[in-house]
Formats: sequence, C-alpha cells, structure tokens
Amino acid sequence: MDPVTLAILKGRLEQIADEMDATLFRSAFNPIIAEAHDASHGIYDAITGETLVQGKSGLPIFVGVMAFAVKAVIDKVARDGGLEDGDVYIFNDPYDGGTHLSDFRLVKPIYRNGEVFCYLASVGHWHDVGGNVPGNYNPEATECFQEGMLIPPVKLFSAGILNSDIVDILSSNSRLPNSLYGDMNGQINALDLGKQRLNDLLDHYGEDNIKKALSLLKMRADRMMRDHLSALPNGTISVEDFLDNDGVNDVALRLAVDMTIEDERLIIDFSRSSPACAGPVNISRSTTIAASYVALKHIFTDVPANAGVLQPVDFIIPEDSFLSVRAPKPVGGYTETILRLIDVLFQAFEHIAPERVNGCAYGTINALSIAGHRKNGSRWVMFSFFGGGHGGHPEGDGLNHGNAPISTATIPPLEILEAAYPVAFTQWALRPDSGGAGKHRGGLGAIYEIELLEKSATAFLFGERGKFPPPGVVNGGPGAVNKFYYDSDDDDAINNKKSPPLVSKITGIKLRKGQKVRLETPGGGGYGKPADRLQHLIDNDMAQGYISKESK
Amino acid sequence: MRKSIVIGVDVGGTFTDILSLDEVLGEVHVEKVPSTKGDQSSGFLSGIMAATNRDLSSVSTIIHGTTVATNALLERKGAKAGIITTEGFRDVLEMRRRDRPSTWGLWGQFTPVIERKCRLEVPERTLADGTVAKEIDPASIEAAAKNLIEQGCESVCLFFINGYANKNNETKAAKILRQVWPNDYVSVATEILPEIREFERCSTASLNAYLQPVVANYLARLEDRIANENSGSEILIVQSNGGIMSVDAAKAFPVRTALSGPAAGVVAARQIANAAGFLNVITCDMGGTSFDVSLVADGKNILTSQASIDFGMVIRTPMIEMSTIGAGGGSIAHIDETGLLEIGPDSAGSDPGPVCYGFGNDRPTVTDANLVLGRIDARKPIGNKLTVLDRDAAVMAIKKHIATPLGMKVEDAAEAIVKVANSKMAGAIRLISIERGHDPKLFVAMPFGGGGALHAGALMQDIGLAAAIVPRYPGVTSALGCVMSDLRHDEVQTLNIMLNSLDDDHLQKLIAEMTSSAEGIIQQTNAKIEAIETIIELDMLYLGQTHAVAVPIVNDRAITIDVIRGAFEKSYLKSYSRLLKEIPIRILNLRLSVIGKRPQIDVKMLASGPRNESVEACRIAEQKIFANGIWYDAAIYERLKLPEGSKISGPALLVQPDATIYIDPSLYAVTDDFGNIIMKQEVT
Repeated sequence: MDPVTLAILKGRLEQIADEMDATLFRSAFNPIIAEAHDASHGIYDAITGETLVQGKSGLPIFVGVMAFAVKAVIDKVARDGGLEDGDVYIFNDPYDGGTHLSDFRLVKPIYRNGEVFCYLASVGHWHDVGGNVPGNYNPEATECFQEGMLIPPVKLFSAGILNSDIVDILSSNSRLPNSLYGDMNGQINALDLGKQRLNDLLDHYGEDNIKKALSLLKMRADRMMRDHLSALPNGTISVEDFLDNDGVNDVALRLAVDMTIEDERLIIDFSRSSPACAGPVNISRSTTIAASYVALKHIFTDVPANAGVLQPVDFIIPEDSFLSVRAPKPVGGYTETILRLIDVLFQAFEHIAPERVNGCAYGTINALSIAGHRKNGSRWVMFSFFGGGHGGHPEGDGLNHGNAPISTATIPPLEILEAAYPVAFTQWALRPDSGGAGKHRGGLGAIYEIELLEKSATAFLFGERGKFPPPGVVNGGPGAVNKFYYDSDDDDAINNKKSPPLVSKITGIKLRKGQKVRLETPGGGGYGKPADRLQHLIDNDMAQGYISKESK
Repeated sequence: MRKSIVIGVDVGGTFTDILSLDEVLGEVHVEKVPSTKGDQSSGFLSGIMAATNRDLSSVSTIIHGTTVATNALLERKGAKAGIITTEGFRDVLEMRRRDRPSTWGLWGQFTPVIERKCRLEVPERTLADGTVAKEIDPASIEAAAKNLIEQGCESVCLFFINGYANKNNETKAAKILRQVWPNDYVSVATEILPEIREFERCSTASLNAYLQPVVANYLARLEDRIANENSGSEILIVQSNGGIMSVDAAKAFPVRTALSGPAAGVVAARQIANAAGFLNVITCDMGGTSFDVSLVADGKNILTSQASIDFGMVIRTPMIEMSTIGAGGGSIAHIDETGLLEIGPDSAGSDPGPVCYGFGNDRPTVTDANLVLGRIDARKPIGNKLTVLDRDAAVMAIKKHIATPLGMKVEDAAEAIVKVANSKMAGAIRLISIERGHDPKLFVAMPFGGGGALHAGALMQDIGLAAAIVPRYPGVTSALGCVMSDLRHDEVQTLNIMLNSLDDDHLQKLIAEMTSSAEGIIQQTNAKIEAIETIIELDMLYLGQTHAVAVPIVNDRAITIDVIRGAFEKSYLKSYSRLLKEIPIRILNLRLSVIGKRPQIDVKMLASGPRNESVEACRIAEQKIFANGIWYDAAIYERLKLPEGSKISGPALLVQPDATIYIDPSLYAVTDDFGNIIMKQEVT
C-alpha cells in the first residue's frame, strides 16, 4: 500500500474512534464521563481482539485494557456460539477484561459480507453500580461483592433488538438508575455512529485495503517499538516501590519489576511483587498488562496507539500475585496499584533511557467522599478525585497540579462543588515545598481544605503515597508524601486534629458544622541532581513561594 | 463634506489589508500594504491613506480586525499584571482544572500569565448561596494594591470566590482599588464574566488584565494617528464573536478581541455566501502556517462560549467557533520516523517562507508542491512581495527530502504532499461538520486567504460538499468582514436556581436591566444602527447533569415557569432523544446579547469593475498542470476580468492579485452575478 493512502486511512480510522469518544462525552449523564472523560472507544481485531485503532481523547488506561474486554466476548462466542449482526454485548467483569466494576463495556461486532470484520467497543465509568458505598470506592472491601454488581458478557442487543430485561436488572442494582440508563444510551449512540462511519469508509476503500492498512499500522508500531528497544543496552534492571497498605491490614505491598532487554524484546517480570492481599488494591492480569502499556506509551510517545506496542513485550505475572487476582478478590482501588506500577516502570527505564523518563507523578487519585443529609432530609454525597504534582523531566520542571497519568480527567470547579454541596473550601492552593528537588524540580501538589456547613457529615478517603513518597529519577529527590488531617473532638486528637491510622485510607470520619478536612497531596519527583539546578531558578522558586527554603 | 466611506482594516502577519466602501456610490477599493512589525498602527495609517488618496475627510467609520491581542497572547508579550483575590485562593489561575497538555507523555509545563508573587490574598468570603461570610477590609485592599504597584505591576485583576453569586464584596473592593490604582487598568472579574466556575472566570479576567495595557496603548496610538488627520472618523473594533464595539469598550475588555481578525473573515464569508444563496457554508482560511475552519449553518455563524489560546490559557466569552490545524502554505513536508509522509507541524511561515521564495528555507512546503505541480503561476506571486518564484529550488527540495527517500518521481512526490495536506484539512472540516451531524452534501466550501482556493476543489470532492464558492477578493475577506459586521454586546449572569422556585418578576427585571445596560454600550458609538436585536438564552439542565443546553427565550410575552419549561424541553429534544420528566430542572446562567444591526451591504457592489467580453479574452498564458499522475496542457485566466456567467473546465488556473484559484481536472467553474466563482463537479 502506498504511504499516501496509508497516511490518509490512518487519519480516517483514528477519527472514527475520536468521534465515538466525543459522542459519548456529550450525551453522557454522569460527570465522571461527561466532565472527566472516564471512557474510551476503539476498533478491535475480529479474531484476537487486539487493539487496532484507539481514540485520542479517551482514558489512557482503557486503551490497553479494552483488547482484553473484546477478547472476553470472542471467547464467550467461541464457547457458546450465536453471534449475529446487530448484537451488542455488555459486561463489567474486572477479572475478564480489566479495571473495576464501575467500568461497563459494550462490544459490538461489525459484519461485512456475512463475516465479522472487526469489533467496536465502548467503555465508560458508571456513577453507581451497587455495593457497600455510593460511588463504589470502598477502601474496606474484602470481596468484590462489597464493591458492586458483577455482570459477565451478556447480550444487550440480539440482532438489533434491545433486551430490556438486561436494562431492568442493571437499573435495579444501582443507586442512580437514571444516570446508568443515560450513560448506557450514550455508549450505544457511540457504537452506532462508529458502525456507520466505518461502513462508509469500508464502502469507499474496500475491506481488503482497510485490512491491509490496519495490519501495516500494527506492524509499524511493532517495528518502532523494536527499534526503540534495540537502541537500549541489553541486561536486566530490578526496581521496586511500595503501596502504603491495602486498606485492611497495615502492611506495605511490594511492587517489584525485573525488566530485561534482549535485543529487540522486553521482558517485564513482576514475580517479586507481593501476593494477593485482603483489601481492594489487587488488580487482574489484564489490568497489569494494560498499565504497563500506558507506561510504555508515556515513555515512547511517538509509537502509534495499537497492539503493535505490546508485540515485542513478554510479561511474567505469577498467579498468586496481587497483580493477577481472580474473583472474588476486591479490585475497587485498582487506580492506586496501576499508578504505582507506572512509577516502577519509569524508575526502571531511568537506568537505560534517562533522556526519556520523568520523575514519578503524585501517584494517587485521592478519592475523597463527604456525605450527609440536608435539613430537609435529602441525602448528599460529594465524591471527587484530587490532583497533585507531575515529575521533573529532561525539558523542565514538573507540571504543578496535573491529572493522574492513567487519566485525562479534569477536576470539577470548586464553585460548582460549593453550589451543589453544603461545604466551603477554605484553601485551594499549591502546596509549597512538595516538589522533589532536582536539576528540574518536581511539580507541586495541592492543598485542599474543606469546611462543613451542614450540621453533620461522614467522610472517607481512599488515597496512597502516605508513607512512600513519589521518587525522583536520575538522582532527583522525592516529592512530599500525601497528608490528610481532619478535625476531631476525640480525646486522642492533637490540637483537635487527627490523621488516619492507615495514613491515606479511612472510612467513617464524623464531622460537625465548622469542622474541616485537609488534604495535602504529593508533588512530583525531581529530575537530575539537585546540585545541578541553576541558581536563578532556585531564586525564582523562593521569590514565588514554590519553595520556602533552598532545595538541598 | 458627506462622510460616505466605511473602511475595513485587517492587520495580518505579513500584509495589512484595506477595503474601502463608498456606501453612497457603491464603490469598492482594495489595498494591500506591508504590515509594520512593532507598531501596527503605522502600517494601518499608511494603508488607509493609500486607500483614500490621503484624504480621510469623507471617511465616517474605520472598522478594525486586530491581531494585537492574539499575538500578545501567543508570544507572551502582555503586561506585568497582578491579582488580588480571596484568602486561600491565590493559585486558582495556576491550578487550572487539573489537566495536562497531551494524553501521552508527562512533560507538560505551564507558566501562568500572572506570576505567583504578584497574586495576593485579602480577607473576605462570599458563600455559594450569596451570603457574605466575611466582609472586605479596605486597608488590606489598599495594602495589596500598594504591594503590586511596588512590584511594578501595570495592571491588576480583582477576583473573589463566588463573586458570581453576590458581587457586593468585589464591587466594594473595586471601588477602593480604582481609587488607589494609578491608571485605568483594573479588571474586575464579575464585570467581565459574572459566571460560575472560578478558573474560567479568573483566567478570563487575568488575561484581560494582561492584555489591557498592550491593547489600550495600541488603540490610543491608532486614535491619535487618525485624529491627527483631522478626519473625525470613528474607529470600531471587531470582537471574537464577529460583532463590533467601540474603542472604549475594546480598551476595557481587550480579552474580547483575542480572535478579532479571523472572526471578521468568517462574517464576510457568511454574508457573501448567503447573498449568493448558500446558507450552509464551511469557511476555510488558509494562511502561511495555519488552516482555520468555521461553520455557517442556516445562515448563522456558530458561536462557542470558551476557547483555549494555548495550554491553560482559557478565555470564556462568546467567540465564533473556529478549529485550527497547523497546515498552511508554509507547512513543511517531511518523512516521519515510521517512514510516513507528514505535513507540519513545523512551518516556514511567510518568513523565511517556502523554498521558492528564496529566503533561505530549504525544506519543501505545501506552497512549493503546488508550484511544482503548476498550480501556482511562478511569474505572478501574490501580494507584491516578490517578482518571481524559484520553481527549480522547489523541485530540488522535494526531490531531496521526499521523492528520493520514498523512491518517487518529483511530480508524484509533490502531488503526495498536496494530497496529505488536503487529507489533514479535510479531517479538520469533518470534525466540525460531519462529526456534529451535518450532512456535507448540504454545505459548500468557501476558501479565503491567499491559499485556500488552491485546495478547495480537492476538499470539496474529498468530503462530498455540494460546491466550492470563491469570493471575488479572497485575500481581503477579513477586511471586508470588518465592514460587514454588526455592533454587538454580550452579557451573562449566573442564576443557579431550580426552575420550580423561579421568581419570574425578578427574572424579567434582570433581563430589562441587562438589556438596557447592553444597549447603552452599543449606543455609545456613532455608527448607524438600523435595528436592535436582543437574544436571550438560558443555560439549563436536569439536576445532576453537567452539560447545559442553551434554551432560547423570546422576550415578547410573559416569561413564566411553564413557558421556560416548554422551551427547555424543546431544546433538550434537539440534542437528546428523551426527556426525563421526573427529574427537576435547573437554570444555570442567563445570557443576553444585544446586536445593533448596521445597514446591509449589497454584496453585488463587489462585482463591480471592468470585465472582458469573453472567457477567451481573459486567457493570459499557457500552463502545464500536473494532476492524478499526468501533465495536462492547461491555461491561466485573469479572474477579475471574467464576464458574468463564464464557464471554465478544469484543469485551469485563475489568477488575481490576492489569490490563485486551481480548478481540478474533474471540476468546472462558473462566475455568478456577485463576482464569485462557483466550482462544481463535472457531470459525466
């Protein structure tokens, strides 16, 4: 195929995935999709389920994980048969397609000339899928049944006819059935639009040309990845980092990688990592692979986003590892574990490709919930994820107050939160001295301090990096650890303030009017030796109040 | 002397375009002079002097589309500014909405336009329900102002949390601040945007402060230069929404001119196309480095409420929606790491420009490819900057960088460059048209700028548009748009109330107040207004949703809860398939725009000028044109001399001083009675 046609087809195919993303973002009911873009769409291989084309605007972690979701449907069809044109499968099984129960996947075969040409898939984070806590981030879960409903791949549409029984089952298992219904319809819209666009393209260029283009694009990603790897020295690098605890037992979890480069292959071995744990920071094997993909894409940004990226990569993940769990081990806090996994890979590549890496980012999504009842008896739940600093990098200091590397989500405006819930922020600020020292300093984390305006409320936090700070790379220093304080009338409170025994994870905080919670999020790790930092940059950091004393 | 002349001025990076229109005689005069870097007002003045034979006495109005604000933002050349804000919130501007510049890669950086040490906090607090929890302390405002002045700040932004819910604290503080601040450069957030969302409001107000000294100084210089000519001509400024405002308003709200220049072009494109009978138009402005597209549907420009000029540089004010990609005549073609032919994002711009300009760039550009293919006349470069283009140099560059590595002939490589560039441009058009559910068959492309008409034929075929319409003066469309714009002033106020608890008397009163304030601003100008139109919209949503629906409200009858509910449901069903009857409805914002309609310009005036008797008489040269892998024997025609109703089949080139039109082999072109060229697919 000539390079001009290939370039044109590449653009057209990516645009189809982008359009599917845009359709869902606009029509979704729930802010986690509509505002935070916690969703993704793509085109997948008819036989292997591999990612062929992925939208640019969707959530990065889904890019890797969707291939497993499509494969789950392909396996189901291979087992049970009965696939027809017009079918749409729906499911959220995290052990057979990755991530956590909140993420619902819809998978639709595209038929050409009576055969499956490819699959389209849509994934979105639904607002509430049952379980013990609203919003499903339960730091004390010990089984997935406490985290929400679990739906295996079932047909939402059979040959184009909606199976409304499924919709009824889903709706009656959610605290927010309207939101669920709206989001599901948004995902159906996106798949319909994708089908229409793809058929137009196939009509115009023909199946053979598109098939050829897809395979060429995959080969190119594979080739580029191999070229990148073969430019690196052979050998094995061993790195480890830790999670504070699993939310149930206060024992640190080791996330270790032994990464081997053999010419143009990469072997990522997680064998030395901790075994499955009681609390919800376990992840499934497919999530582990998807998170590794995200890290590789952040390091090798020019490689096209398709299955070719992982072609030269082998994974070793023991079955008893907390990175390879099966049902019913809890996985609700998967975000914390995959953020650590990405940090570990950055730290591994630091040793062989220092010009490609950056200091670790803040490394936790800090899911904070404050909930109670208003005077009129109505229930309110403020649930949000908070930001922190990005790592210093070869081109400069880390970004202050960025979003997590696994997502592209934005934070809701504090004025919207204050208008919707009986709270007032008393501080919404950068956190000085939180960025890791280095030639290029880590970006600053943030301080969020929130006062309760209603009579009483209960709060919970699901965070990380309370004990082990985000490391710097290439001799850069670490960012500051995550800190959380809350006002308390308890006798053991110091100056009427307490911090969680498990540092960043706690449920059941009782607040009364006028009391506050305060979250101080980590900054990013530094890049390069602190001694190499130019004096005028240090002076400027002092003048602006980014640091209160000279970096070491 | 009767003042019958209206002048439109568009200052671009390379040229300043002038279009003067005698409203009585119906005469149009076009002038192109080099822009003056540093102080644009000097090129501005020489341009209008040239256009009026050095006599401004008959000029009533000078309407200006400016890029001073755009450039100050892109080049980070605004003033040193400060912020005075609520205790606890000095970092709102820098924390943004917790985003990053790109999905892949974590190497983002963001430098806010106001540095942290110039962002000072004062005690005060208003809650979301409008309750004042803490009053301001006048002494602390004065102390903060003094501190900023000592730090050398030229302008200041005042921004309080929840100011949209109750302006009292901010208004009181503004009064004190204006007493102690040494100049007029005080930007008060709720005066600029009394709308919920702290970052967007703070960013818009901060950028206003950042731009104010630069834009106000420029406009003052301009006023001086015009006043020195004793003309008494009034200057008006184009806003990003395509409407115009007084110089005083532009000095107070410079942030509203961020996209002034390109907006004017889209206004002209809309009016020309509408006059010619095309209500659905995709405008394509191709310059040296970028390709801007905008959509006109049912005869109306599409407005967006917010745009980012750069990462984290957010402006929230109504703007003509434009999508920009880095594909211009100067965009550089190269082979990427995967061996694919890529166009841009690097650009040679207009300086040094394409290889064929001979100013030192040796990497091939889109313009070089067009030249090699015979789609540009090497002997007649547009814009009088050069006398001849160096085709041999363009051939060499394409051969070295593209043809040889890909193992292609030079012509084939040149055609590939144009094809890939066309594909990128077509992608940008699809995103704003097909992706939004518009059927391309109902739309026509209107290219303008120097290069748009070279690609319009291909774009039209690729996307499946009905036709392409090339205006009579594509190179000065923005200047023409200045002359065609209406006066406009926009207001917004966050209400954030449940529909069921709406006090409709209060809403009526608020609408009346905002209308009279906006009309007052519009009436400050001397420009002739034929009619006043008021557009009222409510941003509404179901409780729990975050994306609001714009609900147009007619103000000629009682605005009751039921009327508003009916309007909401009608608007909601346009966007989504089903109503959610059981869920309560919230009104987030009230938006109000007052438009002062100016006398319509008869687009036929543009068609004036001497014409030849036949198409043959316009044929000025033979030209070899390469397309679809073969060389054609074709010809060059003088476009402006073509008689009405001419028909020319492709391949052919039509040339004129400000643009070149390339007609593809499968297309034909006809001239209509407005002076436009309409390109369509040949029916076989």
